[in-house]
Amino acid sequence: MEHQNIIISASPHLHDASSTQKVMRDVIIALTPALLVGVYLFGVGTLIITATAIISCVLFEYLIQKYWLRKPLTINDYSAVVTGLLLAFNLPSNLPIWMVVVGSLVAIGVAKMSFGGLGFNIFNPALIGRVFLLISFPVQMTSWPLPIVNRMQYADAITGATSLGMVKEASLMGEPLSQISSQLTTQMDLFMGITGGSIGEMSALALLIGGLYLLIRKVITWHIPVVFLLTMFAMSGIFWWVDPQQYLNPVFHLLAGGAILGAFYMATDMVTSPMTPKGMMVFAFGIGVITVLIRLFGAYPEGVSFAILIMNAFVPLIKTYTKPKRFGEPIRAKIL
Amino acid sequence: MLKTFKQGGIHPPENKLTCTKPIRSLPVPQTVYVPIAQHIGIPSEIVVELKQKVEVGQMIAQSGGYVSSSIHSPVAGTVTKLDKIIDSSGYKKQCIVIRSDAAEITDRAELPLKMEIEMDAEAILNQINSCGIVGLGGATFPSFVKLHVDPKSKIDTLLINGVECEPYLTADHSLMLAKAQEIKVGIHILLKALHIQKAIIGIEANKQDAIQKFAEICKNDTHIQVAALQVKYPQGGEKQLIKALLNREVPKGGLPHQVGVIVHNVGTIFAIYEAVQHGKPLTDRVVTVTGKKVKDPGNFWVKIGTPIKDLIDAVGGMPEDTRKILNGGPMMGKALKNLDVPVTKGTSGIVLISNVEAERGPAMSCIKCARCISVCPMGLEPYLLMDLVEKNRPQIALENDVTTCIECGSCSYICPSHRPLLDYIRYGKDLVRKN
Repeated sequence: MEHQNIIISASPHLHDASSTQKVMRDVIIALTPALLVGVYLFGVGTLIITATAIISCVLFEYLIQKYWLRKPLTINDYSAVVTGLLLAFNLPSNLPIWMVVVGSLVAIGVAKMSFGGLGFNIFNPALIGRVFLLISFPVQMTSWPLPIVNRMQYADAITGATSLGMVKEASLMGEPLSQISSQLTTQMDLFMGITGGSIGEMSALALLIGGLYLLIRKVITWHIPVVFLLTMFAMSGIFWWVDPQQYLNPVFHLLAGGAILGAFYMATDMVTSPMTPKGMMVFAFGIGVITVLIRLFGAYPEGVSFAILIMNAFVPLIKTYTKPKRFGEPIRAKIL
Repeated sequence: MLKTFKQGGIHPPENKLTCTKPIRSLPVPQTVYVPIAQHIGIPSEIVVELKQKVEVGQMIAQSGGYVSSSIHSPVAGTVTKLDKIIDSSGYKKQCIVIRSDAAEITDRAELPLKMEIEMDAEAILNQINSCGIVGLGGATFPSFVKLHVDPKSKIDTLLINGVECEPYLTADHSLMLAKAQEIKVGIHILLKALHIQKAIIGIEANKQDAIQKFAEICKNDTHIQVAALQVKYPQGGEKQLIKALLNREVPKGGLPHQVGVIVHNVGTIFAIYEAVQHGKPLTDRVVTVTGKKVKDPGNFWVKIGTPIKDLIDAVGGMPEDTRKILNGGPMMGKALKNLDVPVTKGTSGIVLISNVEAERGPAMSCIKCARCISVCPMGLEPYLLMDLVEKNRPQIALENDVTTCIECGSCSYICPSHRPLLDYIRYGKDLVRKN
């Protein structure tokens, strides 16, 4: 007795309802509160930049897959949308459109597709796009429109420096922090997002809400964000404790710049981060240390992007030394 | 906090549709097809001839070696054929075809409860061997071999596996409810045979009625403990159960007796009870026949050798949109194409999976989400093993412990990119074996 409809396959015969699309959709949902804050603060600029980045990322992935690689299209997995969104989050809201397009091309074309597409890239595509732009167009990439007043402006926005930028300038000139402390954004404003900076790194609160969502949905685990932020806090805290005249306090470090955005959305990128809790913690610790070193002693005011990219390069090595404990094998320290 | 194993594990929907159903007797089939390779190890040797009359329980194939088992006739009748038929593996296997004489539908003969254990340890082991008892949890390892341990290895605990962590299946559950007293006697038989004092029954918390029943009847029993376990797949795996109940880890590539434990399934314990106390060889077992669209799913006493189409008829026929017919549970069972496949000693359930449930999206690239690593109960890296096997690197896969995979399927179940991880790992194990 044979039946036409019956198929055979090896076990297991059930599958969890999860899918890559759903994972990516969760990331998009998690980024929405921060995007809304960005729209509130920078208005049209946010909308133009974000839309440009998303559309060009998806389009470049489509074109490269269809006409160059001639491989099956994977744009419906939403990963290019996430890349575009994250890239936009790392850009000032008055960046010329063509630069956004160039950034998208580097992110998708160089950082993602040239490695073989989703799942094969070594470096975080959005960060490669951002760092490429930062190095190529340092002036445009570091002139930040002032929030709220620029809602209806795009190209002619009035710009100012970020708090971290002012601190870096002061430290390069050898001035003590007390001289500029009145110009710095308050910690409460940093938390709520009333400050100058990239579109998506504004409000720590909005980013934390999204981060919490990702944790609840189990898209990410606590290891990377918590260890990264704790390392940053501890290390910048030591410097602050030694010389509060010279260095910012650790809470300010956590809230300013891209620390929260990096911790919850960039460093946790599945493809470019380690896969075991142990490995994630080593990875996040490295990011924390490098970020603080760049912020305090490097040429750039902000170091999260560089720190994540540097640690991305160590991921294969970290993976080799932080394999999960095999069942039935004695526990032994495999951490470097 | 309930006990469980710490590393890995998943929570598939339980779908225990038949957990409240008592065990019914399936009518004696007109013809039974009894394969001679129903257990792990050497196939049995046929000892009957064509046209020979056989009685119920008469040995029709004898143990073919040490790791082997004997097989007994499930029905009274005539041997009509010694032929090869397709079994659940999908291959043609030697089997004994017996036409039953029984004209009437008969209920399973229920044997009276007998508490007194008369046999001594050696006699018990011999009886288990000669009655053809094998592990009824699915692995079908000859029970006698498992119990025949080296006196130097220090066994201190007998674990009874009443976990039944596979979705849908309720064969063990229904048996625990129906035959709790007999199972308790069966445990004492094994304690006697092993010369040990301690047994623990592990039951998952989704079977509260069974937990309560055993807690009640073992209240004044100093040798048997009842342990409720957190619901988690694959807790019924021997190594996971030992970890959950005793926090001992069977060494890599090792066996439970190395950590002083022997594990037996509740179904096996009941079969041992009947064999030792009543001399009844293993000729039938409880099978759950179920599925979401099935009209009247249930638990059945089924004669070994019954074609599964008889089972499907007994639950109201095969639903229209059935996509897969599974011999066993949905996580580890085998998909069948042929309804003439007979029930064997290892058949714990027949599950009919509908179109919707069988659906699996197209495989996409691995996004390194690490879910496969986090659910693997053996601490493996399934994504890496699949990659290595795909690239034909069995040696590196071996270095990454591919052979310790227990094939529970948790990785394939959880993968958001729908990658056939376990399929490749199985293939990798095969490659390693061949090299």
